[in-house]
Amino acid sequence: MIKVTDLHKSFGELKVLDGVSEQVEKGEAVSIIGPSGSGKSTFLRCLNLLEIPDSGTVEFEGHVLNQKGVDINLYRRRMGMVFQGFNVFPHMSCIDNITMAPVLQKLKTKEEATAQAEALLKKVGLYEKRDEHPNKLSGGQKQRLAIVRALAMEPDVMLFDEPTSALDPEMVGEVLNVIRDLVKAGMTTVIVSHEMGFVREISDRVLFMDGGNILERGTPDDIFNHPKNPRTQDFLSKVL
Amino acid sequence: MDFIDFFEKFIKVLVRYWDVFLIKGVSVTLSLSAITVFFGTIFGTLLAFGKMGRSRLLRWIITAFVEIIRGTPSLLQIYVGYFIVPLALPFLGLSTYASVAVALIINSSAYVSEVIRSGIQAVDKGQTEAARSLGLTQAQAMIKVVLPQAVKNILPALGNEFITIIKETSLASTFFAGDLMTSYLTVNGKEFLPLQCLLIVGIIYFILTFILGRGVHALERRLSHD
Repeated sequence: MIKVTDLHKSFGELKVLDGVSEQVEKGEAVSIIGPSGSGKSTFLRCLNLLEIPDSGTVEFEGHVLNQKGVDINLYRRRMGMVFQGFNVFPHMSCIDNITMAPVLQKLKTKEEATAQAEALLKKVGLYEKRDEHPNKLSGGQKQRLAIVRALAMEPDVMLFDEPTSALDPEMVGEVLNVIRDLVKAGMTTVIVSHEMGFVREISDRVLFMDGGNILERGTPDDIFNHPKNPRTQDFLSKVL
Repeated sequence: MDFIDFFEKFIKVLVRYWDVFLIKGVSVTLSLSAITVFFGTIFGTLLAFGKMGRSRLLRWIITAFVEIIRGTPSLLQIYVGYFIVPLALPFLGLSTYASVAVALIINSSAYVSEVIRSGIQAVDKGQTEAARSLGLTQAQAMIKVVLPQAVKNILPALGNEFITIIKETSLASTFFAGDLMTSYLTVNGKEFLPLQCLLIVGIIYFILTFILGRGVHALERRLSHD
């Protein structure tokens, strides 16, 4: 479904991605772990071209995205993204946060979008907050809102960029539960996360990144119980 | 100086010339300020977007323009306007008012462009990213997500710019443009009571800016509540 080939990206002198190649299949849940500054987030953000790679290709269902003449907006609709900092829209009510994008892009009428948004809010336990502005929400509630906002576009893939890193510890669970349900329902998912227990539990495959490349890839059992690369071993010994 | 005497003359000037100050002077000062803010905001917005745009050359030109305007005295700019506008924009005629207005608009558009640009750039970049990740175009993200949030930063600053402009219009009196400060010059020319006249003009300026300042303050509080 997503295929990246030989991705390079530098910020000035700093080489962030150094020839990353990887493939994500439909229905797969892939997690990316690794120390901070290893390029995990940049890699994820290259998938929907929030970062433009310096070289290499990003393909979505066989179409190369990072070339001239591609309307990236058509593909971004199909790739939901959830950010570490929530990025909910503070000037809109919860329901408008969800309906704005699909209605604006004429994917749904206002009525359809509202009905769908209400169903989504119910699903994540935020229906009572539908007319509130996000500043009335806790961090965990904001992130759940951000997740259903992305889901309202009915994406084929969900990208999570450290979705629980900015949360108070007692709110991590409620957000992980929502993501877990998505994965169980068969959503193709790519997650950058430091929640090792969660990664181990839900992932089909785990990628270990360091120094701008994927150093090790495998099932959670391979990575967590039998890591082969010394850098993976070292990293896991520190975080587990 | 006898205080009672001073006060009697103050009242005399006020009674005799109140319409020169309050009607003629205030109306010209306010209309000049309003025109300046209105067009200054329009041109300032265009400059702000030009400066955030892709063209390097345009960005360079706008930066140079803003630096020059901010780095030279407003009075000098009004002088230049007075001499150049009738030549450069002949359709405006030889009206002093128009020349001064053009100079003030050019001056304020530079300041306003910085107000608008910083207001827009103060909106968290994550907001644009979230909007773009939902498939919105750059323009849609700007209109639906960034600008409504930037307005909160921009409106109060724009109100303060309005207050500054009200005070700056007094420079128009150099060319007898008919503003409040010109009222001072004409009345004092007849009566030779500079302090009384200045007190009247000063009080009027203060009332105008004070009311506007309260308005800006109220606006600020309301915007921060939502």
